[in-house]
Amino acid sequence: MNNVPTTIFAVKRYALHDGPNIRTTVFFKGCPLACAWCHNPEGIAFASRIITIPSKCIGCGECLAVCPAAALELHPEGIRRNDEACIACGRCVEVCPALAHESTGRVVDTAQLLTEINKDRPFFDQSGGGVTISGGEPLAQPEALLALLHGCAGLGIHRVVDTSGFAATETLLEVAALTDLFLFDLKHMDNSEHQRYTGVGNELILHNLAVLASSGAAIRIRIPLLAGVNDGPDNIAATAEFLADCRGVQGVDLLPFHSSAKAKYRKLNQNFPAGEMSAPPRERLDAIAASLRPVVSDLTIGG
Amino acid sequence: MNSSTPNRTERCVNERISQLREESFTGKPSISIERALLETEFYRENAGKHSLPVLRALWFKYLCQHKSLYIGKGELLVGERGPAPKAVPTFPELTCHSGEDLRILNDRTMTSYQVAEEDIERYEAEVIPYWQGRSMRERIFSELPEEWRLAYEAGLFTEFMEQRAPGHTALDGTIYHTGMVDFQAKIAERIARLDYAADPRAADRAEQLRAMAIACQAAIIFAERHAALAEEMAKSETDEQRHRELLTIAEVCRQVPARAPRTFHEALQMYWFVHLGTISELNGWDAMSPGHLDQHLHPFYQRDLAAGILDREKAKELLSCLWIKVNNHTAPPKVGVTAKESGTYNDFTQINLGGVDRNGADACNDVSYLCLEVADELHLLQPQPSVHISNKTPERFLKAASRVIRKGYGYPSVFNSEAVVMEQLRVGKTVEDAREGGTSGCIETGAFGKEAYILTGYLNVPKILELALNNGVDQLTGRQVSIATGEATDFTSFDQLYAAFARQLDYIVNLKIRVNNYIERMYAKYSPAPFLSVVIHDCIEKGQDYYDGGPRYNTNYIQCTGIGTVTDSLSAIKTHVFDEGAVTMAELLAALRSNFAEAEALRLRLWNRTPFFGNDDDRADTIMQRVYESLFVSIDGKANTKGSVYHLNMLSTTCHVYFGKMLGASANGRFACLPSSDGTSPSHGADRNGPTAVIKSLAKMDQLKSGGTLLNQRFLPSVLASEQDLDKLGGLIRTYFTLGGHHIQFNVVDTRTLRTAQEHPDQYRNLLVRVAGYSDYFVDLDREHQEEIISRTEQESV
Repeated sequence: MNNVPTTIFAVKRYALHDGPNIRTTVFFKGCPLACAWCHNPEGIAFASRIITIPSKCIGCGECLAVCPAAALELHPEGIRRNDEACIACGRCVEVCPALAHESTGRVVDTAQLLTEINKDRPFFDQSGGGVTISGGEPLAQPEALLALLHGCAGLGIHRVVDTSGFAATETLLEVAALTDLFLFDLKHMDNSEHQRYTGVGNELILHNLAVLASSGAAIRIRIPLLAGVNDGPDNIAATAEFLADCRGVQGVDLLPFHSSAKAKYRKLNQNFPAGEMSAPPRERLDAIAASLRPVVSDLTIGG
Repeated sequence: MNSSTPNRTERCVNERISQLREESFTGKPSISIERALLETEFYRENAGKHSLPVLRALWFKYLCQHKSLYIGKGELLVGERGPAPKAVPTFPELTCHSGEDLRILNDRTMTSYQVAEEDIERYEAEVIPYWQGRSMRERIFSELPEEWRLAYEAGLFTEFMEQRAPGHTALDGTIYHTGMVDFQAKIAERIARLDYAADPRAADRAEQLRAMAIACQAAIIFAERHAALAEEMAKSETDEQRHRELLTIAEVCRQVPARAPRTFHEALQMYWFVHLGTISELNGWDAMSPGHLDQHLHPFYQRDLAAGILDREKAKELLSCLWIKVNNHTAPPKVGVTAKESGTYNDFTQINLGGVDRNGADACNDVSYLCLEVADELHLLQPQPSVHISNKTPERFLKAASRVIRKGYGYPSVFNSEAVVMEQLRVGKTVEDAREGGTSGCIETGAFGKEAYILTGYLNVPKILELALNNGVDQLTGRQVSIATGEATDFTSFDQLYAAFARQLDYIVNLKIRVNNYIERMYAKYSPAPFLSVVIHDCIEKGQDYYDGGPRYNTNYIQCTGIGTVTDSLSAIKTHVFDEGAVTMAELLAALRSNFAEAEALRLRLWNRTPFFGNDDDRADTIMQRVYESLFVSIDGKANTKGSVYHLNMLSTTCHVYFGKMLGASANGRFACLPSSDGTSPSHGADRNGPTAVIKSLAKMDQLKSGGTLLNQRFLPSVLASEQDLDKLGGLIRTYFTLGGHHIQFNVVDTRTLRTAQEHPDQYRNLLVRVAGYSDYFVDLDREHQEEIISRTEQESV
């Protein structure tokens, strides 16, 4: 088996909303997009960094003693990190008894991930669940993704890949051969709006979706919905039109925006670009659902 | 119904049930001194004139002849233990309340029992002077060895029979085809077969059997009196419907319990009279349970439907009446300090639904579903239904149960039929008896109708580790309360510490068993239970009392608590002291003895940097297995006094709170006096990888070697909102059972719990909440978001 180093930021067992039944979700770190509403901001950057939660600090000073870069200072309100000086070696994360330092990612290998995933196999077998590989963008680490999917195949574990679709088409097709179901994001049909909110255009994504759909892959479309961003009738009509041509799309999940990621941005000391955004009102959601139903039989609101 | 009535009552099957439910729900417990007065009167006249079994039976008959009767407005099932619903008698022959006890019960801030001052004065004048020095409690306590008392006072274990009689009984289907007259015939036949020449115990058996026959007669008299009262009430009843109902009650009471029931209504009344008989005769632990009620009632249900004398609604109405009757019966209050400190203790009447029948076939039937509906509509504190899931149980039943689970009543609890059967096969029961068995109390396995499976008390396992760390000294009081097993600072390996723990464990268990066996003889000799003995196989055939080995099977359980706390503490010591050597034993002990004063960094290291039980982490889980095996070796197979043995089970009920109070700071980073882990669950906040990891850890315990384990899981209502969510819950349950789990229950939490979680995030790290499209740990969310979830939960739980 190919044992590939993989940068991840989390593994969640008993994930109930990332595909069918009881699943374990592996979050790959790093994403070529930077969506304004991203719920996993710690997954965007490819490189890991160390963050500090001053409120957890008990002032014991153990991290100061081990920091080789003198990047930490103890203040009355807790420990403070100089991000410029920090070399992200992770020594402080290892020693802190209070868990006040965290790394935004870690490097593991395929075998370690498989061991972790395999732990919940009895639940997958019983419920029809499996693994979901999400992110970040899993396709941005293609070698690691393929190795992991291959390993899961060997264990007979159902595989879901949750993707933005922004990747080389041949990579996507290679992945498709080892994937049981895609959760494919469709954020905006207008290229410039897509560029504006995600940092990249949508041409490659739409192309990939069309190719993937015609390849016979099983796909669920996920549409994050934000008032005034992508909930207008034009965008929805364009979405419906596009999906009407996509064979292989099993269903659509509408995901109304929520601001619960705010805390994560705060923790990362980052600005939440979608801080002022909101989900479309209920009536609008119902109208969107009504316009999409003719092209997809299975549609859910709220994933 | 007026608008101020909580809308929850509006969903009851009809107005009658709404009314009865409301009375039961809002009724305040009070103490009735009637039983004590009658008993004192009877004993003054009769003590010493008869053998003890016969004396007890005659007293039971006297009670049935003289106690006040109660037939409430609208009731269809009749009979109360006291003179009215929620009026609780006392049992001075077991434990005699003082006047002060009664005043405390009346005055205490927690749920009180009302007692009139004039009743207290009468109690002091008539009851107490007679029973002082004669009660079982006083007689038992006067004989206890000093070393037992030291360990008991240090909170190493509790003693169940210190205030109440052994009990813990559930019935099989016998009473649905055997009336008291039939039992009397069997008893007479058995007496006729006694062989005085060959059997040295024949005379004792004769006394016991005669007592049983008298107890049967007492129950018949009790029912006849109700029949007469109903007829009397019917005479003056102007409402035509109620008039007919009263005459039906009379007819039913003339049939049962004397003869076998013929209808669904009679079957329920039959059960209720037997239930009442056993809880009036003595104050046995956890009252009485009907066992597989759905299986017992189903033939009556089908027959009555076919005959056109019952429909679904009527059946639900009658079942609701039973539910309300059980709820009417608050447990008799305790005496002494516990009277002041504890709230109302409720007896656990568990009703087993589903499961398998004696031939191993799926036993879910229409009545199983009816019972779930009734439990949902009434959602009373008692009785508590449990669902028994076998490989053959249809998905529909599990889903119906899940719909009730998500309402957040804490029931039905969910049991693994295959495990319950195998636990019993392991200890030598026949497969049919095992299948007819089930669970009662919280999670305890027994052969219904054929076994005395006596809970003897809880064992404070983390406290035993504390003894090993302190050379037998109580860390909180500094008193030597156990044997010396060496100074912990002299241990050079984890195995040496563990050996000390195992020695302490064996000493404490032996001490407990020694006293248990003594108490067991006291009850066998001085407090027989002839009525209970009638309805449990094979007391009649053996001519022996329920307390004296009469039942076919006679198990004693010791309930082990705190497996999470003790595993985590051992894991912490192993990791930090012995494996990594980063902390010395002396440093650790100093921190523990000072309750982590000036040692917060160390405490957090222990709490955050130790492999803990409940995370599917073999480093901790193998320690759990080792502790479990030690418990098994120390307990399982030790002899009781009834020709049978002790087994262990793993539950704490609420005792982990008391045991926690008696426990100093522990090496898992827990402060002194906080609760220890409950049931078989991980320590609060120690499981950080979600419910599948908890289940995997628990499944590494060889649960079939126990008489039951208890796993609590907490969820928010929103995690169980959709039908798909319920399927996933089903997947979780089925997987746990496939892996050998005995029991799981889900507490769907309320906003109060969420508030507590905000204050003490460390204790609630495992609380999963659904956030829009995904689930996350509640304590990981920011305040604002937590508030949003709290307000949403408030709306959902209405």
